[in-house]
Amino acid sequence: MTARRIPWVLIVFLFAATIPWVGTRYDTFLAEQIAIDALFAVSLNLLLGTTGLVSFGHVAYFGVGAYACGILMKTYELPFIIAFPAAGLCAALFALVSGYFCVRLIKLYFAMLTLAFSQIVWAICYKWNDLTGGDQGLPEIPFPNLDWMSSIPGLGDLRTNEQFYLLAIAIIAVCLAILYRITQSPFGRVLTTVRDNPERAAFIGVNVRAYQLAAFVVAGTFAGFAGALYGIFSRGVFADYVFWSKSAEVMIMALLGGIGFFWGPSVGALALVWLNQWITDFTQYWPFVLGTILLILLFAFPGGIVGGLHDLWIRLRGRRRA
Amino acid sequence: MASSLLFSQFMGGLTTAMFLFLIASGLSLVFGVMRVINFAHGSFYMLGAYLAWQGMRWFEPWIGGFWLATLFAAGAVGLLGLVVERLFFRSLYGREELYQLLFTYALVLILGDVAKFLWGVGQLSVSTPPALSGSIPMFGTVQPTYNLFILLVGPAIAFFGWWMLNRTGIGRMVRAAQMDREMLDALGANVGLIYTGMFVFSSFLAGLSGALVTPIQSIVPGMDVLIIVQAFIVVVIGGMGSFWGTFWGSVIYGQVLSFGILVFPSFSLFSVFALMAVILIVRPWGLFGRPLK
Repeated sequence: MTARRIPWVLIVFLFAATIPWVGTRYDTFLAEQIAIDALFAVSLNLLLGTTGLVSFGHVAYFGVGAYACGILMKTYELPFIIAFPAAGLCAALFALVSGYFCVRLIKLYFAMLTLAFSQIVWAICYKWNDLTGGDQGLPEIPFPNLDWMSSIPGLGDLRTNEQFYLLAIAIIAVCLAILYRITQSPFGRVLTTVRDNPERAAFIGVNVRAYQLAAFVVAGTFAGFAGALYGIFSRGVFADYVFWSKSAEVMIMALLGGIGFFWGPSVGALALVWLNQWITDFTQYWPFVLGTILLILLFAFPGGIVGGLHDLWIRLRGRRRA
Repeated sequence: MASSLLFSQFMGGLTTAMFLFLIASGLSLVFGVMRVINFAHGSFYMLGAYLAWQGMRWFEPWIGGFWLATLFAAGAVGLLGLVVERLFFRSLYGREELYQLLFTYALVLILGDVAKFLWGVGQLSVSTPPALSGSIPMFGTVQPTYNLFILLVGPAIAFFGWWMLNRTGIGRMVRAAQMDREMLDALGANVGLIYTGMFVFSSFLAGLSGALVTPIQSIVPGMDVLIIVQAFIVVVIGGMGSFWGTFWGSVIYGQVLSFGILVFPSFSLFSVFALMAVILIVRPWGLFGRPLK
């Protein structure tokens, strides 16, 4: 059990923090993309893996966070320290309202209503020109004021985007640690019970819908945080970010890594972003490759990468004992 | 003046509705029988359009070239449906809905790229068949004959679907499969064959609607993911699995979109999504559907 005590979040974080110095600017860009996608996919997995809710509209909360942060920082020129929590709050509120209706429905109807809400968000983002910039989106979202970072020795000679990278991965590490604590807490255990057997959970006095709604709001909040960071990282927020196919992409990330494990979706994010870079170098048919990977996953490795490694590990250990 | 504007909005909405019905009816059938949302239905529709264009290149000089091309496209997509169902879909019936949804999404990704690979990313278009290329004056407006033809095809398919489901032996089997798959299986019916048949028929309809839309819409990559959302809304409004529900759902969708543009120009898209959300909240099984167990 001692192996479990290794603070993996801290190790990965420290490793990631060295990338601006040891890697190229492109490496930093990729690492930031991976980190943000990892937070997004892990937040989805709180619903998908932990609570057993198939949300097909998780991108809505990512989008609400991205637009809220972008609008506050660009249009209202508020500082990041206010805009970022506000983005999470907006996503949480929207998740509370939409989730209230969604958790009343079961299975496929739940998936459909989440999809419907995400398309409503898309329609608003796409058409409400005054607020969201419509189909032009919101370009040129400013970086937060990072002068305080420049005064820290050793960080002064970094570019602004590298300083923002450090800030982003620190925030993401904290968010992931919180999400991990949540899944390990008694609350998280109840969510797993709700997933495995909602009827029995209800019999032992668990308010199933309330727990599902709570999970929905928490997942939405962290998706909102991921979206807020993504808007600044990609220097703009566009309606394309909220289209329904993006929800499917983040589901593929979670599934590729393995939805049965807390860290699975982050491994999936790493693998998918890296694969995307590697494959788009020599073919434009990335969706074809992604679809093929998805087929292989669904039919051959439903446990994903982490699930596959886990099975392998169990088998090796079993053989050694025998 | 004002009334002719209203009439042309009404007719425009009705034409949209009939196309959507052709597409959504297949989606609704597959949902009703197999309890699966087939995202790839939009891709089948797109392939139908591309195949119709391809067929036109071969058959255009012949008499009735457009109709041959349409049949060719619908048949080819139906065949594709057969292959997909037999090879892949079949093994997913017992699995969780997450895997089924993502499987159909994998098809969306793959078929979208296959279409790009075969036909490029440019716009393609097909000319209206000569017999229907004119237009007819009606109530101070001019309606293209082809649109009027579509207004006949929609109800014809709806009637055929209703007749097949409610007045034939096959339809009785399909309705039984909707209600209780295991029981039907235990009674000795070949449920697998029914599923395959329904999937092929649904793909055929998708291919047919893709082919029929080509004279009035250009064929572009991305038409698959756009149409599936609309078809999905229609099916949700009318009721998953209900044939007439899908028909009236399309009519409502078409009219809301058409008149929504007059009232709130920039929010007509929003109004249909909002309508869908309200229906899912109040009656998740749709206006004409029945609740699932």
